[in-house]
Amino acid sequence: MTLSGTYVLRRVLIALPSLLGISLVLFTVLALAPGDPFGDIVSNPNIPAEVAANLRIKFGMDDPVMVRYFRWLFAMLHGDWGFSFASRIDVDTLILQRLPTTLLVVGSSQILALLIALPVGVYAATRPYSLFDQIANTLTFIGFSLPTFFTGLMLILVFSIQLDWLPFVYRSDITSTGWHFYWDHFKQTIMPVMVLALFQAASWTRYVRSAALDVVKLDYVTTARSKGLKERVVVLKHVVRNAMIPVVTLVALQVPAIFGGAIVTEQIFRVPGIGSLLISAILANDTPVIMAVTFVFSCLVISFNLLADILYAWLDPRIALG
Amino acid sequence: MATTLTPNTADVIAEAARPKPISLAQDIWRRFKRHRLALLGMIVLMVIVVGVIIGPWLWTVPINEIDFGARLKPPSAIHPFGTDDLGQDLLARMLYGGRISIAVGLAAMFIAIVVGTIVGAIAGMSRGFVDTALMWLTDLFLSLPQLPLLLLIIYLFRDTLKKIVGAEVGVFVMVVVVIGGFRWMPVARLVRAQFLSLREKEFVEAARALGASRTRQVARHILPNALGPVIVAGTIDVAAAIIAESTLSFLGLGFPPDIPTWGRMLFDAKDYLDIAPYWALFPGMLIFLTVLSINYIGDGLRDALDPRRVMG
Repeated sequence: MTLSGTYVLRRVLIALPSLLGISLVLFTVLALAPGDPFGDIVSNPNIPAEVAANLRIKFGMDDPVMVRYFRWLFAMLHGDWGFSFASRIDVDTLILQRLPTTLLVVGSSQILALLIALPVGVYAATRPYSLFDQIANTLTFIGFSLPTFFTGLMLILVFSIQLDWLPFVYRSDITSTGWHFYWDHFKQTIMPVMVLALFQAASWTRYVRSAALDVVKLDYVTTARSKGLKERVVVLKHVVRNAMIPVVTLVALQVPAIFGGAIVTEQIFRVPGIGSLLISAILANDTPVIMAVTFVFSCLVISFNLLADILYAWLDPRIALG
Repeated sequence: MATTLTPNTADVIAEAARPKPISLAQDIWRRFKRHRLALLGMIVLMVIVVGVIIGPWLWTVPINEIDFGARLKPPSAIHPFGTDDLGQDLLARMLYGGRISIAVGLAAMFIAIVVGTIVGAIAGMSRGFVDTALMWLTDLFLSLPQLPLLLLIIYLFRDTLKKIVGAEVGVFVMVVVVIGGFRWMPVARLVRAQFLSLREKEFVEAARALGASRTRQVARHILPNALGPVIVAGTIDVAAAIIAESTLSFLGLGFPPDIPTWGRMLFDAKDYLDIAPYWALFPGMLIFLTVLSINYIGDGLRDALDPRRVMG
């Protein structure tokens, strides 16, 4: 049950090359891009040629690629992400303002998805090919075939326009106070969270079901039953924990897709997170913000993968020993 | 009438009693048919594909005929699916958009399969450093934040490509290459896993003993046996690529406004949800139906091709 510090440290050390690799991919894309992505200042005809040349030297635009890469990486790791052309504030301030909202929406949707997927998947696996299993199977197929942007629009159509229960624009300047403040926040968070949660729950239910189905047939589960343990204990203590092991791996593979979904959802409901920041920055040609947000997304993906690795070792202690 | 059997008739009866030899394709089809929903998905998809291909010849209303007299009209006899805010016929636009969405899905799938198979095959045949390096690359790509990177690449390269090959082709090529370029990793992993087990099998050893070159071993013996899971993954990839393209268009960063892909129509419709819900419903339902059908077909193929039997 206990997790050794050396294992965690080893995973962290393995995660670092991936971060370097991703930063290399990002920088290559930027370096290959035609023209100067930061060229607005330099190629502006109102700026005299010698000033532009000085700027080029100051920003080191004519240095060898390797030098530029390490300088860029060093600046990124230092939190020195430049200045937003559009918002006129430092990029790191801008992102730190927006990040908590994204983490809140993504985090709560994942928890909700897990709360749906675990019981449904395990219950379906203990009664394979029953009516419940078939209905659950059909619903999961529908769930992950519905693109998030369409689910979002449907929810708006039903709950905001037809029923008028929930607001469809996320507001960060709610004026009500006290208890009402939290209630209003909760109401406007429901739909974005639901959209993400339903999509994730659909894919996870399938993983949980097939993983649990593999475990239910094993001898030690039969042994547990024949010892006279209650069905509840057999399922919770013997089946679920071992069924979770392959699920964690598959969930880790889904992490990039989760953040992709967050971008779409934030855009539909106008949630002021880093996803909608990315879209507005692209529409405004705000390169420093675009690069920084992409970098933050990469870091988030890597940290969640790291978390999954550690969770994996906690569920299956053999991994940490191997 | 004499009932004695001549030797000839006995042969005929014996022949009839023996199970008819069936080809591999027939066998797969027989097992595929058992999956009712996969069969239904195949029919729905065929209807959509055929409709999208021949539809524009039957429904000849131009996709960009602006008619302010018919703005935001709900479905009627003249406009079966209604009109948008410029009075353009939605049915015509959906038929045209379907061609693009499905073409993007197929082309991106093709790229993903080709790249994935090549990477997986090289990794599976070589031991040591090359294998490790390729798998590290695969894992790296798997942990890239795909949608942000997709958006970044499109943002940086959009204008240049437009200048070189024109707006429509440029965006098409870029969207297809970028989506395909981010979807080859699962295929590479599958192919490598298949190769690792197949290359040790007796029939490959026999081919090797007979002096078959490495290329021949791969092309004639290993690859055909590794294709089952690849076909399944490829099917699902078409659905994923259609969703990816629609997502880009929905964010307003895919095809230009004059090319009505399904995602782009949803993007335009989302501000009129209260007065013209059908405008968003029809393309959205089409994306959903197409993706659902493809996913069910993939599921049916998985049962029919049974990767586990191939891996053995």
